[in-house]
Amino acid sequence: MFEALGALIAFRLLHLDPASGLGAAVHFFVMDATKIFVLLVSVIYVMGLLRALLSPERVRAFVRGRPDWQARGLAVTLGAVTPFCSCSSVPLFIGFVEAGIPLGVTFSFLIASPMINEVAVIILIGVLGWKLTALYVLAGLAVAWFGGIIMQQFRPERWVEEYVWKIRLGEAQRVAPDLSLCGRHRFALAEVREILRRLWLWVLIGIGVGALFHGFVPENWVSRYLSGATWYTVPAAVLLGIPLYSNATGVIPVAEAMLTKGVAVGTTLAFMMSVAALSVPEMLILRKVIRWPALALFAGVLAVAFMLVGWGFNLID
Amino acid sequence: MKQFKVLGGGCRNCEVTARAIEQAAEEAGVAIQLEKVTEMADILGYGVLSTPAVVLDGQVIHAGGVPAPDQVRAWVRG
Repeated sequence: MFEALGALIAFRLLHLDPASGLGAAVHFFVMDATKIFVLLVSVIYVMGLLRALLSPERVRAFVRGRPDWQARGLAVTLGAVTPFCSCSSVPLFIGFVEAGIPLGVTFSFLIASPMINEVAVIILIGVLGWKLTALYVLAGLAVAWFGGIIMQQFRPERWVEEYVWKIRLGEAQRVAPDLSLCGRHRFALAEVREILRRLWLWVLIGIGVGALFHGFVPENWVSRYLSGATWYTVPAAVLLGIPLYSNATGVIPVAEAMLTKGVAVGTTLAFMMSVAALSVPEMLILRKVIRWPALALFAGVLAVAFMLVGWGFNLID
Repeated sequence: MKQFKVLGGGCRNCEVTARAIEQAAEEAGVAIQLEKVTEMADILGYGVLSTPAVVLDGQVIHAGGVPAPDQVRAWVRG
């Protein structure tokens, strides 16, 4: 359906040649833009209806006081299913520390949260198919799990800003959420509005980049340099992803274009993860609670993990 | 007079929330006091982890996102 709409606009309405770079790019853009936005609105709305308000306050209460492996399992899962705005990561970090949750577990949460969320997962399935989605999710969970454990080995407590230890959380005096159908509908609508406002630009940019890649990057250039035979494409993809700041949803159309042109699966996955989870703005936000050595370590551990994921999948492929 | 506080580390959503409250009060012709709380220790002191949050007369009435317009109107009038 979206494919046909793309063809209608690109080839019939604009009279572009399907064989030309521009024709292919416009076709890709229209198809992906309509598909992704329809999916986005429906997924966010349905999740908003279903979500029994998984607030960070609840997550914290959930994880607190559990044995390490259980806490980590919960943290990674909750990180994956709760879409938090990155501006919440500072209060969240402090709240976790104050609850006595180990820092390694907190890092597991911080890694899983931007990389995996239900919105991105549904769109991934719609655009790239369930197989690749499963690979992405499993690899992401593994990175979050082991990334947190490795961070813990370096005793990151010594790099936490002094003031963080002194903060005491007030008695949580939350408003009871309105769980009637009407209340949930309102909540879901507000979620759609809010998340779309936050995402639309990144998603459009992602689709634009994907369309350019799809229309104008020659296939034999890709197969020569990016098909997986050359080892250095994976670290290059990870490095390229760091300054590129988007989110898990915005990077999907780019990945789609890369894959259809023949970029290796591992390289593409490494790139997606790097764009979603490793970003300069996110680091600057975390700088408010941890000092540079911990941030450098965090970035280093993640970069190495993404490269291992990339090489691993390129090898299997 | 109603005392509003918007809790948030200064991200865009917090600004949007504060402006929405100011505007709703103006439209309703109600005088309010509005304060932006950006200090993390103070925000967490209210037991709030997800920002922006809204405090009305010492009570947390909202947390974790920009409130809906009709919600804001109800706070200002109610």
